[in-house]
Amino acid sequence: MSAARKEIGPPVIELGTIGWLRKNLFSNWYNSLLTIFGLYLLYILIPPLVNWIFLDANFVGSTRDDCSNEGACWIFIQQNIKLIFYGLYPTEELWRINLVYLILLISGVYLLIPNLRHKGWVGAFLLIIFPIICVVMLSGGFGLEAVETRLWGGLFLTLVIAGVGIVLSLPIGVMLALGRRSKLPVVSLLCTIFIEIWRGVPLITVLFMASNMFPLFMPEGVNFDKLIRALIGVMFFSAAYLAEVVRGGLQAMPKGQYEASQAVGLTYWRMMALVILPQSLKMVIPAIIGSFIAIFKDTTLVLVIGLFDFLGIIQFVGTNPDWLGFSHEGYVFAAAVFWVFCYAMSWYSQRLEKKLDTGR
Amino acid sequence: METDKSKIGSFIFNRSVQGIFYQLITLGLVALGIYYIVTNTARNMLERGLASGFHFLGVESQFDIGMTLIDYSPTSTYFDSFIVGLLNTLLVAGIGILFATIIGFTVGIMRLSSNWLIAKIAEAYVEILRNIPLLLQIFFWYFAVLRALPKPKQSLELYDSFFLNNRGLFIPDTVFGEGSSIIFYLLWLTIIISIGIFIWAKRRQNRTGERFPAFYVSTTLILGTFFVSLAATGFPVSFEYPELKGFNFKGGVKLIPELVALTFALAMYTASFIAEVVRGGIMAVSKGQTEAAKSVGLKQNLILRLIIIPQALRVIVPPLTNQYLNLTKNSSLAAAIAYPDLVLVFAGTALMQTGQAIEIIGMVMGVYLFLSLFTSLIMNLFNRFMKVDGER
Amino acid sequence: MSSELMIEMKNVHKWFGELHVLNDINLEINKGEKIVICGPSGSGKSTLIRCINRLEEHQRGNIIVEGTELTNDSRSIERIRGEVGMVFQQFNLFPHLSILDNCSLAPIWVRKLPKSEAKDKAMEYLKRVQIDDQAHKYPAQLSGGQQQRAAIARALCMEPRIMLFDEPTSALDPEMIKEVLDVMVGLAQGGMTMIVVTHEMGFAKEVADTIIFMDEGQIVEAKNPKDFFDNPESERTKTFLSQIL
Ligand SMILES: Nc1ncnc2c1ncn2[C@@H]1O[C@H](COP(=O)(O)OP(=O)(O)OP(=O)(O)O)[C@@H](O)[C@H]1O
Ligand SMILES: [Mg+2]
Repeated sequence: MSAARKEIGPPVIELGTIGWLRKNLFSNWYNSLLTIFGLYLLYILIPPLVNWIFLDANFVGSTRDDCSNEGACWIFIQQNIKLIFYGLYPTEELWRINLVYLILLISGVYLLIPNLRHKGWVGAFLLIIFPIICVVMLSGGFGLEAVETRLWGGLFLTLVIAGVGIVLSLPIGVMLALGRRSKLPVVSLLCTIFIEIWRGVPLITVLFMASNMFPLFMPEGVNFDKLIRALIGVMFFSAAYLAEVVRGGLQAMPKGQYEASQAVGLTYWRMMALVILPQSLKMVIPAIIGSFIAIFKDTTLVLVIGLFDFLGIIQFVGTNPDWLGFSHEGYVFAAAVFWVFCYAMSWYSQRLEKKLDTGR
Repeated sequence: METDKSKIGSFIFNRSVQGIFYQLITLGLVALGIYYIVTNTARNMLERGLASGFHFLGVESQFDIGMTLIDYSPTSTYFDSFIVGLLNTLLVAGIGILFATIIGFTVGIMRLSSNWLIAKIAEAYVEILRNIPLLLQIFFWYFAVLRALPKPKQSLELYDSFFLNNRGLFIPDTVFGEGSSIIFYLLWLTIIISIGIFIWAKRRQNRTGERFPAFYVSTTLILGTFFVSLAATGFPVSFEYPELKGFNFKGGVKLIPELVALTFALAMYTASFIAEVVRGGIMAVSKGQTEAAKSVGLKQNLILRLIIIPQALRVIVPPLTNQYLNLTKNSSLAAAIAYPDLVLVFAGTALMQTGQAIEIIGMVMGVYLFLSLFTSLIMNLFNRFMKVDGER
Repeated sequence: MSSELMIEMKNVHKWFGELHVLNDINLEINKGEKIVICGPSGSGKSTLIRCINRLEEHQRGNIIVEGTELTNDSRSIERIRGEVGMVFQQFNLFPHLSILDNCSLAPIWVRKLPKSEAKDKAMEYLKRVQIDDQAHKYPAQLSGGQQQRAAIARALCMEPRIMLFDEPTSALDPEMIKEVLDVMVGLAQGGMTMIVVTHEMGFAKEVADTIIFMDEGQIVEAKNPKDFFDNPESERTKTFLSQIL
């Protein structure tokens, strides 16, 4: 009897590719309609795009006359690639930027590979020594020719603003979060006001403020350059957002952790530094990456105060009389680059989130 | 001596004394910082010959604005320009929110579709749109799409009444002729009757258990009365269609390309976030809820209406409002394509002309801050209201 | 006692993908009969009773409930769901509604009772499970045992002719199990047709007419309690009993 039972399989129609198609695309009449509609949508979107970007596009040449105008003219990007990536940074000094990228890349990869030793040292190097290297290499000094920030631009400038904003805003954000949760009413009130003001206004007004009001705040003769002003604005802005993320992590900490650390006699700062923050920061890493993505996208706004970041420079080269009418290529290229950066970050954070979820 | 020392010691190490001490230090530092900034600013302003204060608001602005919802001319005051900018901001935010909600809910629900292809298309939408900076998207729609549109003569058109060209989007305007007021009264009347029908239907269901198709009946009533009265009064409401006169369109309503591009980009971008909010909210309602509802015999549409939507909405509403707020704040990117919003008009042009940086930026930030705080106040009330149920 | 046939399952098969979760199930349940189903985790117990009110679809064979064959016809599914009550392991009360509203929801919207009548009936059943004093609270404010009793009342409010229980006590703390089992025993004594998935063997001994042992999607053994415990035939049953007793 049981031998006879074994012979029966599920209805063929529910198995394999056919079963999959039936279940996921044609399970009933309106699902079938939706599928057809979806296929139609893809049909009108994908082939023209692929044609424009790849098949009909021009990749080799040096002037606009080499472009057939049937598809994208990638020569436009190619000819302006130095501007787009580095801005007006002197060509003979570009190795300095590239060296910084290289150091960052090597140490970053080192940190991401699991199970390597001395990660703590590499991390400390990145946090303490690397910023000094960056400042010296990028702006000059110690025998290197000085390069004014007015010449900085392109993707390089975007990375500088996002990087500095991200790195500096994290400690400020942590302090603000601790302050907001402090039992001392004055401290908590001041931090709350500070956080809510920055979070309540758009970044663009912050940048306007940085460029118009900061000069008024400073004593006579002190004059920050435009980039530094923007950096300060971006830094405080993102610090306020990070503060709320960190506060979420602190709130999610079980009370027992606080009580246990007090029970073993840790002072407030030791408790925070040794027990609470390491755990709660780890918990909110995905959310922190989320804020980084937001900052990274928001750096594009610096163009309204006259800095030529990645998007700003693409906008700018598009107005070059030799290359008028290629804005599509510029925007698509910029979108692709931004997308790769942001998607990579969000992909990483999602993976991390899953890992943290199961780790608990 | 001994006791004195220990007294001092117990004073210094007293927790609350320490607390007050730290707070005093913080306050002192903050006050010092503010004092430093204020004195610097006062001196700097003196040097530049700037008077502080809001007197400039009453002064003639002497600049024109490309799009105004109220009467405005260069002889209007700076305060008027502030209002014009504010209204333009609210306009773009309002339209943006409307479309972002529609697209966002659609895409969010599509992501949960049992149809694999539809779910994937929605996922692609979300992943593409939210990972590209909004400003880039605004530039794309403005410079690459709208400004690249044909001239008015070769407009893209829909039903001979909607025209899209590089001067903007032209749509028909409604003109209310004589006798149209009666239609409005009737419309109001039927709406009030419909509300009555809903109340009556609910009461009757409570009393007898019978249900009444209140929605269909009142929709029919409103639309029916509307069209019948339209016909009876001889169609006093008409449309004024945009018409090509010379090089441009006359008549109808003109939406400037900046507005169209900005709304489009804001709506599409924010929709990608709203879609995630909606998806999260619906997924937060456990499968067990649907099963339990099915097991007592509820039909699919009732399960949605009575079980899933009420629960999902509680999860959705707070982050959704937050997205609305983000959209409103993001509408300030208008400045980059010269749509005359609050930031461009006031923090841009007016600031350039008057140099009153502190007052102007203070006012602009104040507006956004007010919107934010107001919204979070409402949300706190909402959350408290929802918590009365005692869950969580 | 009349032996009216309530549920009939004939050669029922079900697969999840390639996994054969119900393998040739044959079962007849008469009015007033109490069936207890037990078996190791993953053996298909939940799937079996969920097929009876079509929370899961079977793929081969026939399931006939109260003379109506379960097919894709949505009207017959809804009618059968009105006749068959179900109690879940995780209670699945509606968190946004008070206990009273949880119970009166379906009578109002499915049975189309007047609100006051539905509420009266809900109160009556809440009294029967002895939580009428909690009627105006929300599910989250109740203990697990109280929630499960509320869930039973919610199912009873539809006045079902058959009740399905899917491990109703396994999410409960030990001290609450008894209060739920007492309610179920009371229900059984009232003559309700019941199918209960549980590992509470005391309960099974007390109320079951038939105990079914399932393994790997098959009904391995189906006997009255005395025979089931005293002389189980299959090795698998013996092993299983030695583990849980
Ligand atoms: N929706 C589903 N999709 C795929 N597989 C499923 C699904 N539901 C159940 N299964 C699988 O079917 C088998 C039987 O599941 P079922 O829940 O009926 O077991 P059970 O006997 O109730 O077990 P338990 O005692 O753990 O509740 C299990 O192997 C389970 O993993
Ligand atoms: Mg089970």
